[in-house]
Amino acid sequence: MSLHSIPAPVSAPHTTTANTVSRVMATVMLALAPATLFGFWLYGWPAIYLWVITVASAMLGEAFCLRLMQRPATPILMDGSAALTGWLLALSLPPWAPWWIGVLGGLFATVLSKQVFGGLGQNLFNPAMVARVALLISFPVQMTSWVGPLPLDAVTAPGPLAGLLITFKGMPPGLDAMTSASLLGFAKTEMSRGIDLLQSLTQAPALSWIGSRPGSLGETAGWLIAAGGVAMMALRVITWHIPVAMLLGIAVPAAILHAIDPAHYMSATTHVFSGGVLLGAFFIATDYVTSPNTPRGQLIFGAGCGLLTWVIRTWAGYPEGVAFAVLLMNSLTPIIDSYVKPRIYGRDRKGTALEPVK
Amino acid sequence: MGLIERFFKEPRWGVHPDDHKRPAADAPLRMLPPPARLYMPLHQHVGGAARPIVLVGQKVLKGELLADAQGNISAPIHAPVSGTISAIGEVTAPHPSGLGFAAITIDNDFAGRWIETDPVSDPFALAPEEIARRTGKAGVVGLGGATFPAAIKFALGKRLQVGTLIVNGGECEPYLSSDDRIMRDHADQVIDGARIVMHAIGAREALVGIEDNKPEAIAAMRIAAAPFPEVKIRPVPARYPMGSDKQLIQTLTGKEVPADARAAEVGVLVHNVSTCAAVHKAIRLGQPLVERIVTLNGGAVKTPGNLFVPLGTLVDELLDFVGRVATPARLILGGPMMGTPLLHGRIPLVKGASGILAFDAQEALIPAAGPCIRCGSCTRACPMGLLPIEMAAHIRAGDLDGAVGFHLSDCISCGCCAYVCPSHIPLVQYFSHAKGELMTKERAKLRSEATRRLAEARVERVERETREKAAAAARRKAERDAAKAKTAAAALATTPVTQVEGEIA
Repeated sequence: MSLHSIPAPVSAPHTTTANTVSRVMATVMLALAPATLFGFWLYGWPAIYLWVITVASAMLGEAFCLRLMQRPATPILMDGSAALTGWLLALSLPPWAPWWIGVLGGLFATVLSKQVFGGLGQNLFNPAMVARVALLISFPVQMTSWVGPLPLDAVTAPGPLAGLLITFKGMPPGLDAMTSASLLGFAKTEMSRGIDLLQSLTQAPALSWIGSRPGSLGETAGWLIAAGGVAMMALRVITWHIPVAMLLGIAVPAAILHAIDPAHYMSATTHVFSGGVLLGAFFIATDYVTSPNTPRGQLIFGAGCGLLTWVIRTWAGYPEGVAFAVLLMNSLTPIIDSYVKPRIYGRDRKGTALEPVK
Repeated sequence: MGLIERFFKEPRWGVHPDDHKRPAADAPLRMLPPPARLYMPLHQHVGGAARPIVLVGQKVLKGELLADAQGNISAPIHAPVSGTISAIGEVTAPHPSGLGFAAITIDNDFAGRWIETDPVSDPFALAPEEIARRTGKAGVVGLGGATFPAAIKFALGKRLQVGTLIVNGGECEPYLSSDDRIMRDHADQVIDGARIVMHAIGAREALVGIEDNKPEAIAAMRIAAAPFPEVKIRPVPARYPMGSDKQLIQTLTGKEVPADARAAEVGVLVHNVSTCAAVHKAIRLGQPLVERIVTLNGGAVKTPGNLFVPLGTLVDELLDFVGRVATPARLILGGPMMGTPLLHGRIPLVKGASGILAFDAQEALIPAAGPCIRCGSCTRACPMGLLPIEMAAHIRAGDLDGAVGFHLSDCISCGCCAYVCPSHIPLVQYFSHAKGELMTKERAKLRSEATRRLAEARVERVERETREKAAAAARRKAERDAAKAKTAAAALATTPVTQVEGEIA
């Protein structure tokens, strides 16, 4: 039998991994799911609507750009990266934010900070964080009104219809009183009025281990976020370097200064479990596209994210700094990658050949 | 212990592809009935092609010399069966181009008569040089796929005083099990061959590295090596590319081969298990290398397993023997990670052929490449510590020198990066392309340098000749002038005399 009909063969390797980009994205989404579902239960229908709107807008923005470039939209949307970007952004928003925050944020994330750079893999900055920072600077009021948890099964919780009204027509006067600043925002405001932490924290929204406090979806369910992150490490989607370095980067300086002056510096626990630190350490800073490629580079990057977050929270004007810190470190990623390289077999770190040793 | 081993001892490089070795590896070794016609290529090794010494129509015995080694690095070719030389001409080479190369065609007489062999009962009484000479004459080359003439490596090992022989039983390529089979069925030959090689290079110990996915081979080799404390069986983690020299040396000895240096410079030499068995046959039995074990595997093969076959058999005949489930969607010589795609089955089996894979349509499917998401999988997988994404980015932009700056030359083409990429970017293919381009450039540069040297030499020669001509002309003129002056002077000197004489007269 002749085999002349075989088409021109390609070169080795003739086999490949079963892993795909879509599978990576799906795994990350699965790791996010428990924290998200818990957040849905905690903040009810408005949070669900905002999540749907943000994810849909991010995908719409991506589809629009692909159509504009005359590329097939469906297969690229199916890789899941746009949906994941929208998802991460939604987790960082105040759960009861109005619909247009989700729409603007989602479009901002995929159009201006991803497709404009050339699409998946080409953007320098984390799209979800670019969108969050843009929203925070443009709409500071809406982006800092946090609603307290009102679980789905609570009597006062808005039903599906009332939830729709909250998302699309704004907060009804009765529920308006429920909004408050986050712990970090409250502490910052009090500090600026000359009230130190020892007094202000007694009235602050308590740091709750089960997430029962005002905050974003990704903030309150801290333990579930961390569990999702650990699951991703076990599945080898991410390595430990960035999360561990980022958590240490914020916890170590916080612990030292808190020990010296507890009236002016918050404890390491408060820092780590407040704001977007856990979401940032496990899901945002670990974004492949915008973080360094080598283990040592990732340690530097993670530590930088943690340290900058702590610096911004402690001394800068904004109460929260994860998004700013991640964006600043994103800009350093190419530099870190060009300086920190793995040692090549048979060469030293500088690239010169080793001396033969018998 | 297990956890500590996993975290600290397990190599961080490499990939762990599904190995597909069983059930082919467990099937008993089968003998292929020698085919009616065989094609012995003259170039089955690294180095110069062998030079034919037989004529068409000549009768040869099994093991008779067909073509002699030619040049410093080369290996002879012997008759795999007894029969008649029917042609000396071109056949398709096992190369993706499908171009032809020279081969000697033998019509089998099915008598299976061997030449007179010269067995050695005590190889350890022979001088190491004699072992190298006999191994070279038997046409033994590296059977792991590198096909470097074994005798030349012996001489190198002896010269650099190598202390450790590493016997490579890694066989890390998925689907292949020919080395596994030779260790299970002929462990004594492998161990004896390894001891002969140790004697030839003057090594004190032999470390046999076998991946731990071959427990039967490890057990058989342990029994065969029991009487010889200097031969140590060392199971290594199953991880591709464990069978690569540099990675196996590092795993077994902790030594790193410096960049641009040879393994022998750090006191080790690597030989494959099948090569050791071939050395055993060449020395103890006096038999040249004319047969080998080949794995036939892949989804399109009906009865996958290992065959003992004469070299020069066509791939199609091997596939006929094991049967086909479907028309193979892809034929591969070697393993799926580094093997050569074959255009068709009318290609003869060569010394370095450890396996023939016939993939079905599903196995042959490689998804289309997508954008790089910078996940870093390739960087983690690279056993050499290179940065595949950076090199590929430079090569794609046509900046080959940029890729060289990332030490492209250290790439061993193992294919881990392309295998592990979730976007299925053909990374190692970029590197092979770039290496080819750089080699072409280098050759063009050498050629243009040679041309320039010739041109300069010509200009210089012409100038020199002109100079010499001018000088010669000047000299001649000077000589002439001198002669003229001399004659004039002589004339002047004689004339007065005559005058005087005349006057006297």
